[in-house]
Amino acid sequence: MDHSGISVLFEGTNFQRLLGGLWVTVRIAAVALIIGLILGVILGVLRTFKNRPLRIILRLYLEFFRVVPTVVLLFLFYYILPREMNFNLPGDQLATLVFALWVAAEMSDIVRGALISVPQHQKESGKAIGLNRYQLYRYVLIPQAISLEIPATINLATRVIKTTSLLLLISVMDVINIGQQIIEANNHTHPTGVFWVYGLIFLFYFLIDYPLSWWAKRLEKKRLERANG
Amino acid sequence: MAEQILQVEHLEKYYQKKHVLHDINFHVDKGEVVTLLGPSGSGKSTLIRCLNGLEAYQQGTITFEGKKIEPTEKNWQQIRQKIGMVFQSYDLFPNLTVMDNILLGPTKVQKQDKFAAKKEGLDLLARVGLEDYANAYPRQLSGGQKQRVAIVRALALHPDFMLFDEVTASLDPEMVRGILNIIQDLADVDHMTMIVVTHEMNFAQQIADRVIFLEDGHILEQTPSKQFFSAPQTKRAQEFLDSMDF
Repeated sequence: MDHSGISVLFEGTNFQRLLGGLWVTVRIAAVALIIGLILGVILGVLRTFKNRPLRIILRLYLEFFRVVPTVVLLFLFYYILPREMNFNLPGDQLATLVFALWVAAEMSDIVRGALISVPQHQKESGKAIGLNRYQLYRYVLIPQAISLEIPATINLATRVIKTTSLLLLISVMDVINIGQQIIEANNHTHPTGVFWVYGLIFLFYFLIDYPLSWWAKRLEKKRLERANG
Repeated sequence: MAEQILQVEHLEKYYQKKHVLHDINFHVDKGEVVTLLGPSGSGKSTLIRCLNGLEAYQQGTITFEGKKIEPTEKNWQQIRQKIGMVFQSYDLFPNLTVMDNILLGPTKVQKQDKFAAKKEGLDLLARVGLEDYANAYPRQLSGGQKQRVAIVRALALHPDFMLFDEVTASLDPEMVRGILNIIQDLADVDHMTMIVVTHEMNFAQQIADRVIFLEDGHILEQTPSKQFFSAPQTKRAQEFLDSMDF
């Protein structure tokens, strides 16, 4: 006899396994974001310097990660690099690396944009009290840029979390991959299980991403209020 | 003869092909107040900005306190601690409180003791009537108050020389007097050496020892203030004074 679809979620260790997969997803996204944000701030600062070759190289880096679809990047790192360059990493670490490089690229553009929108006068006022370049960035430009860039950064984080759904393509045991396994294993006994498993996964992603995007909106609104008031 | 603190010799400045400062020669004595006057676009701001390295110049030399300045950014970072500058657009750092704006230079650049610097900052704030605003953020201040803090921020570095670049030009008229009084006070009480770019003719007349009159990037005359305002040497300066309503 067919079981009701929802019970598939609670059969055996299914629910724990799904939570475990979610943890893999969140961990990859979080580590990639932390590394990527730090690297991105550094690259973003470098992109505001006058050195032309440096700017061109960093621009090419950004465009590469922006233009090439994330799936292709994952395949490139997962299938092609190991063969061509003997560069081997487990799938989850490799995914973290790819995502971190991608975040760094996007973040460098956000940081650069925020830095160049700090008014020129601020830079001159800083110089006029004798600040050197490091001090100027550290105390004046970066703190002001951060308040401009936080909403865009949070939006980037939600994009990264959503894009982790591609990880099943390189066999990482993320929440979707595990969901897929559960569905396949229970297909005969729970034909409607697919609906419930994906429903739960939807709920997981929503619970993580929605608060972030709500927070971004709220910060942006507050910033505008402050700028106008 | 009074000791000269600043000499500018044969200074030439171009923006790409445009020649904006022509063979500028002048000096400033210690304790002297010089005002730079001239019509808009005459190069006053450009000139004053050359004096602390915010604008590059292509030829000529600037000598400050007996030393010829090698115009590298690193040198300027040293010299800017000695030459304070206040701008038209009172640019406090919006991410820092009033006190942190003031302390940034003394503690991070000059490595002064934070406690002593803070005490001095409070004294300076009291002097401009803002002792209650040490922990306020710039957005909570009026334009005139911000400009007073900007002056304090420059003074906190113990400069030997101050540059004021049209510091009242974007203030409400009722705020102007307060700022001018502070500058006057610096001249009278501290005998601060300064160059003041202004459009406030009454103020210029009142504060200046000497006037440098600029037009189209040329210095047309350098005259003691009394003489400039009563009987300028050049026809252009006379026309300029006639055109100003004061």
